[in-house]
Amino acid sequence: MELKEKLISSFMAFEEQLDLSSPVHEIRTESLKHFEENGFPSKKDEAWKYTSLAKLIKNDYSIFPKEETTIELKDVKKYFLSDIDTYKIVFIDGVYTPFLSDTTHDGIDVCLLSAALSKDKYKATITAFFNTIAKKDDNLTALNTSFTKEGAYIFIPKSVVAEKPIQILHFATGTQGPILLQPRNLIVVEENAQVQIVERHQSLVPHQIMSNSVTEIFAAKKAVIDYYKVQNDLDEASLIDNTYVAQKTKSNVSVHTFSFGGKLTRNNLNFYQKGEYIDSIMKGVTIIGDQQHVDHFTLVDHAQPNCESHQDYKGIYSDKSVGVFNGKIYVNRIAQKTNAFQKNNNILLDDTATINTKPQLEIFADDVKCSHGCTIGQLDEDALFYLRSRGIPKKEAKGLLTYAFANNVLESVKIPTLKARINKLIANKLGVNIGHDL
Amino acid sequence: MLLIDDLHASVEGKEILKGINLQVKAGEVHAIMGPNGSGKSTLSSVIAGNEDYEVEKGTISLSGENLEDIDAEERAHKGIFLSFQYPVEIPGVTVTNFIKTAINASRKAQGLEDMPAKDMLKNIREKAALLEIDSKFLSRSLNEGFSGGEKKRNEIFQMAMLEPKLAILDETDSGLDIDALKIVANGVNKLKSKKNAVVVITHYQRLLDYIIPDFVHVLHDGKIVKSGTKELAHELEAKGYDWIKQLVD
Repeated sequence: MELKEKLISSFMAFEEQLDLSSPVHEIRTESLKHFEENGFPSKKDEAWKYTSLAKLIKNDYSIFPKEETTIELKDVKKYFLSDIDTYKIVFIDGVYTPFLSDTTHDGIDVCLLSAALSKDKYKATITAFFNTIAKKDDNLTALNTSFTKEGAYIFIPKSVVAEKPIQILHFATGTQGPILLQPRNLIVVEENAQVQIVERHQSLVPHQIMSNSVTEIFAAKKAVIDYYKVQNDLDEASLIDNTYVAQKTKSNVSVHTFSFGGKLTRNNLNFYQKGEYIDSIMKGVTIIGDQQHVDHFTLVDHAQPNCESHQDYKGIYSDKSVGVFNGKIYVNRIAQKTNAFQKNNNILLDDTATINTKPQLEIFADDVKCSHGCTIGQLDEDALFYLRSRGIPKKEAKGLLTYAFANNVLESVKIPTLKARINKLIANKLGVNIGHDL
Repeated sequence: MLLIDDLHASVEGKEILKGINLQVKAGEVHAIMGPNGSGKSTLSSVIAGNEDYEVEKGTISLSGENLEDIDAEERAHKGIFLSFQYPVEIPGVTVTNFIKTAINASRKAQGLEDMPAKDMLKNIREKAALLEIDSKFLSRSLNEGFSGGEKKRNEIFQMAMLEPKLAILDETDSGLDIDALKIVANGVNKLKSKKNAVVVITHYQRLLDYIIPDFVHVLHDGKIVKSGTKELAHELEAKGYDWIKQLVD
């Protein structure tokens, strides 16, 4: 049976385990209808021109997470930021694991979406926010919505600054073969509140894993949110990440995406500006090789005046890897004094690697500053000579320059231990033996 | 130590050096002066092994060894150091890490183990003090956001760390105010010994008030057209490069 049919026929059984009186029930049903009518995106869709899911959806995935897979902390410790105190929401094959988690209801809510969907006290928030900015006509988002069951629920009330970062970890074991995971996260940050979040999807065994993840993020007036996505999965794992951010006046939201691994990764990152004096920051570093594929598909919707957006994506591709960057900036007629910047710089280390880069600017206001730049190049020869003249062999010198190229995206990472971690990961990926300071 | 014999070099098919002869012995300081476009920077790049330049004819040898077919990194291992006019910025790599990498690369080429961290640290501290560099500077990204003076000071710091046999200072005085110039020159003077040699490449005589050359050569249109002692630099400063043009014509 094809995956689409399998999903549709599993839906009823899925819903039976859940509360049918929940307002989400209707949303799920509608979303399934959309998916049923439209199916998976194909290369015929303009938005999927360079990324094909055809092979991926041929796998015979198990759809319902098995209960009770246990893993030992020592086996997964390296995937946590463990040298600082954090809140943790951890899932194994889509099932919450309290043993590895550290949630809270003390002043803020860091807990499970399943709890938020079923308990009365969260009802108002769910009704006000759940599935309100996720694109209803996006097929994969609709698929996720129809199977919404579990994920992270984070609520930071007015004027509260979350005192430690929150880690969301999705482990996949797939002990019985390929699995399809569909985590759903909801993050609501009220006026003047602040939070830092680190998200990671990690397979622990080399099975075919496909994650179709949806995250909705709401930043109220003057809220500050820093979101970090660490993507360094095994070669067999694929991820479709659909992230939707809605921002109100004077809020500041940054999303950093570090894509270093996995088979196929698609990052659909959408920012909707719904107020004035908003800053939206989107940064990415992609370093891949072999036959890996990473696609960044971004949208910034400048709907109001006096806002800014900054995009800076860097990519380093070797072997037969493929990179895609599609960045759309939409400036509404009334969004005067918009400052929108977009950069996508790429280095191809081998002739066999590919990058498709496409800026898309649609500007309907006349008093705006928009700039975009894409570069695809090799390393700077002058810089290479500089390093070699200091006695650093050519190969190492190239590694060092590539490292420097990628590394300057890290400046805006606000969690020092994460920054050091990513720094090291970049060095490892590029084979640079850059010891840390004496 | 350095022997250049009838060196012709070109870049992108254009001949820049048209028969350079130069001999530099251990313990000597040579200055090469010349107007813009005379080939000064080309000469330093060619000696350091920049592959953008094609050696058409002639030889460069260091301590009797012909450097033809020897890569830039190997030349560095053999003791050639070039202080760049425009040092390259490397974000994310600190000054300390960079110099460690460079030193250990040279040691590796000589079959030595990495320098123990303790020795490295001591060495870095001593050399930094020589150039009045504070420790904060050492943990900044290499050349990123450095002022002109900081970049040049950092070049000489690297020279101090790498202890080359032959140091070529390409326009080290450009972009320096007088205080930075004194610090840099003082550093070079302290590093000078009977065993090493320095070639100072400069447009102006100014730096030569602080690094006193034993010999001065004037480069014009790819050739050394006049050689002399330090007085030549003063004469050149007074009469200007037009004087050289007239001499040649």
